[in-house]
Amino acid sequence: MTSKVAMKLNVNGEAHEILAEPRELLIHALREQLDLTGPHVGCETSHCGACTIIMNGMSVKSCTLFAVQAQGAEITTIEGIGNPDDLHVLQEKFSEHHGLQCGFCTPGMITRAAVFLEENPDPTEEEIRFGMAGNICRCTGYQNIVKSILAAAADIQAAKEAAQ
Amino acid sequence: MNEIIQDKEIRAANLKGLGCSRRRVEDARFTQGKGNYIDDIKLPGMLYGDFVRSPFAHARVKSINTDAAMALDGVVAVLTAKDLEPLSLHWMPTLAGDKQMVLADGKVLFQGQEVAFVVANDRYVAADAVELIEVEYEELPVIVDPFEAMKSDVVLREDIADQKEGAHGARKHHNHIFFWEAGDETATDQAIEASDIVAEETVYYHRTHPCPLETCGSIASMDKVNGKLTLWGTFQAPHVVRTVASLLSGIEEHNIRVISPDIGGGFGNKVGVYPGYVCSIVASIVTGKPVKWVEDRMENLMSTAFARDYWMKGRISATREGKITGLHCHVTANHGAFDSCADPTKYPAGFMSVCTGSYDIPVAYLGVDGVYTNRAPGGVAYRCSFRVTEAVYFIERMIEVLAIELNMDSAELRRINFIRKEQFPYRSALGWEYDSGDYHTAWDRALKTVGYEDLRREQAERLESFRLGKTRSLMGIGLSFFTEIVGAGPVKNCDILGMGMFDSCEIRVHPTGSAIARLGTINQGQGHATTFAQIMASETGIPADSITIEEGDTDTAPYGLGTYGSRSTPVAGAAMAMAGRKIRAKAQMIAAYLLEVHDDDVDFDIDRFVVKGAPERFKTMKEIAFAAYNQAIPGLEPGLEAVSYYDPPNMTYPFGAYVCVMDIDVDTGVADIRRFFALDDCGTRINPMIIEGQVHGGLTEALAVAMGQELAYDDMGNVKTGTLMDFFLPTAWETPNYETDHTVTPSPHHPIGAKGVGESPHVGGVPCLSNAVQDAFRPFGLRHADMPHDHWRIWKMASELELHG
Repeated sequence: MTSKVAMKLNVNGEAHEILAEPRELLIHALREQLDLTGPHVGCETSHCGACTIIMNGMSVKSCTLFAVQAQGAEITTIEGIGNPDDLHVLQEKFSEHHGLQCGFCTPGMITRAAVFLEENPDPTEEEIRFGMAGNICRCTGYQNIVKSILAAAADIQAAKEAAQ
Repeated sequence: MNEIIQDKEIRAANLKGLGCSRRRVEDARFTQGKGNYIDDIKLPGMLYGDFVRSPFAHARVKSINTDAAMALDGVVAVLTAKDLEPLSLHWMPTLAGDKQMVLADGKVLFQGQEVAFVVANDRYVAADAVELIEVEYEELPVIVDPFEAMKSDVVLREDIADQKEGAHGARKHHNHIFFWEAGDETATDQAIEASDIVAEETVYYHRTHPCPLETCGSIASMDKVNGKLTLWGTFQAPHVVRTVASLLSGIEEHNIRVISPDIGGGFGNKVGVYPGYVCSIVASIVTGKPVKWVEDRMENLMSTAFARDYWMKGRISATREGKITGLHCHVTANHGAFDSCADPTKYPAGFMSVCTGSYDIPVAYLGVDGVYTNRAPGGVAYRCSFRVTEAVYFIERMIEVLAIELNMDSAELRRINFIRKEQFPYRSALGWEYDSGDYHTAWDRALKTVGYEDLRREQAERLESFRLGKTRSLMGIGLSFFTEIVGAGPVKNCDILGMGMFDSCEIRVHPTGSAIARLGTINQGQGHATTFAQIMASETGIPADSITIEEGDTDTAPYGLGTYGSRSTPVAGAAMAMAGRKIRAKAQMIAAYLLEVHDDDVDFDIDRFVVKGAPERFKTMKEIAFAAYNQAIPGLEPGLEAVSYYDPPNMTYPFGAYVCVMDIDVDTGVADIRRFFALDDCGTRINPMIIEGQVHGGLTEALAVAMGQELAYDDMGNVKTGTLMDFFLPTAWETPNYETDHTVTPSPHHPIGAKGVGESPHVGGVPCLSNAVQDAFRPFGLRHADMPHDHWRIWKMASELELHG
């Protein structure tokens, strides 16, 4: 065992100071040190996207990043996307359009979709399918996930127009 | 009068009962990251287990040196077979009547086999310790091919080398497991020989893996003070795990509590009992602390239950007009190192004998030889009911091959051979009683919707252009018509290790009119908490939103056989309806007492009992529930509870008609799915939204299996597809949009007429996609090509048909 590194990271708006072994994966630091069990481990090879979080505004697969690489980072996990009294529109739309079944991929799916819609606020179906291809779902066949994201995009656009 | 109708409509809508697309109650926790999966559970003082696994597919284990690992700071224990032997836990019984090594006992028989179990206070330390364990192996000859295994002098299973009898009768060879047959071989051979047309083909259904996104795992916690063992895990059948754990460990069953928390997909992978579960239990007993074991993806693909690996040799015969006269099938089944298939005990080849499919075939025969090889053990039903996927793929390929032999359109060949509506209940040549069906209506509707005739015309024009050199793209039209057989029991036919395959439901209605219901099944994404409440709402008049559904805790749920083989709705769903009817029957007596009329003088009306002829006099279920607890009613016990253990009289037979249209680039092998139409008939529909979701998901798993997913081995027994880099799981990019449709032919024997749907799209989807690829190449002389049809294999096929110039 190597000595641990003291590090700071900001997760879901809260500052944390943790000790992490240099080899400790970010997903383990989040899940086991900070008890944020929303992001999941599905493959350990960054193919499935169940561990997707938002780091400094970008979608990141936290199973293939060391915790120490997140030194000083701003991180959002599914737990910070919305809250029970104020759900993120994607959380609402995934339920409305049956965009989830077993729920294991869902936290990664929604956190990725949130960044995707910032990258591309008015996507076509094809763009969604391409932009979400880093996240695997074994249950839904994606059709309702795509539908959920399209519906969320429409809502976000409508809200923006209403605000103008 | 209008007001009464309106009132009824509002009350019915408030129930959210059968037939409505009720939103899922599970979603709130999953969309907010508050699911509770096995790896999310953290107990005080918990230790972590990890396996040393064999790099070889067949080797003798000469020695295991654990000294360096034990010396590592943080390592608490290392278990080997020698440590488990005094407890008789170095081997465990399999669900198929065989036994399997928990940890390597003298030799290893497949790559990735469990050799030693490390227990440490941290998952990283456990992984370090795994590296420090020195195992000396002596390599032995490897056999991955079942035909070679049946000829080889090499004895794979030395522990049973002398046993002439296996769990399912006589063994023909030291690497043979069982021979199982159904039907009349002599009569079948005679019928085939006497026929005008005979088509023969060997169809290999490759080995693959259910690969749920969450891998398998468990946490065992032995409370030595109270003598209680609690076991959390990814169990599709928690009660079965409790009984097996009790039989294995000698701990009395009441002292074992098994809990399946949220499960991140199962698809059959989480039915079996794995060495990791056993080792976590033993390690907790040894250390007195909770021990967690969660496998990684590579371990999941290499060592937990695979699916398929069936070599199906078929002969089908017909008259010149295309009427099928007989079907003969022999299967060589590669079961790997141990027979740990998860099939009902009397059916070592599952329900493969449903291979006569949707057709009225007068005589048929099936023989299956199960064989040991140096591949991983398993043989589970990956999103299907016990080998039905194999059976349906086989018959749907044989139909296509027969159509080629007859020079006939395969849609028409299917139509003239379908079991007719008036023949139900239909007794198949291999002994199954199909409960209900209307195949011609479904088929005609599917073909009409896709414009079948126009598609064939377009295909012919494309072919002409291809031959003229104007295009390099071919068009394939895939057809399949499937009949599933799901919902095992009945108990008289179906048991697993002697445990009858009934299921159960227990309802408690609370005094204020809400309720909790518990079932012997376990959700893995199907939405049980949503749909079971809908069944109960319609049966009892209690709104679905006022019903909590709970599954997966053996201390609270009634005994059941779990969720797989699409059995939840056919069996536990029936138990739910029957328990609901018991509640309603007692409620009727209470209502009659309160309304001061005879029991027969009240009618059930959505959410209340109403006095006949006096609609203004009624008692709501809410009022009845309160009275049940708080009013002394002569002749009735207080309370409002019911239990039902349901042993189904027969299985249910969902069916469907699928059509797929593909454009295939001959030069790249890329197959573009232009259209996929799926018509499913699952009987009474509980929640259309969830049914559609199940169909989308099942079709995508079919897409995976047909178009690229394979658990491949090399000749040395190395797994070639052990990570998601190589093992194909379709992303949103590869997956098409699906069109869904339905007909409704209720099951006559199920209390609400429902048949189950989760697996149908997989069963019907695989042959549909495979047939589409092969249909494109039929004009160039292709008869049959094995799956998976990945780009390379399609390119190779085109090359072999000399289409690359």
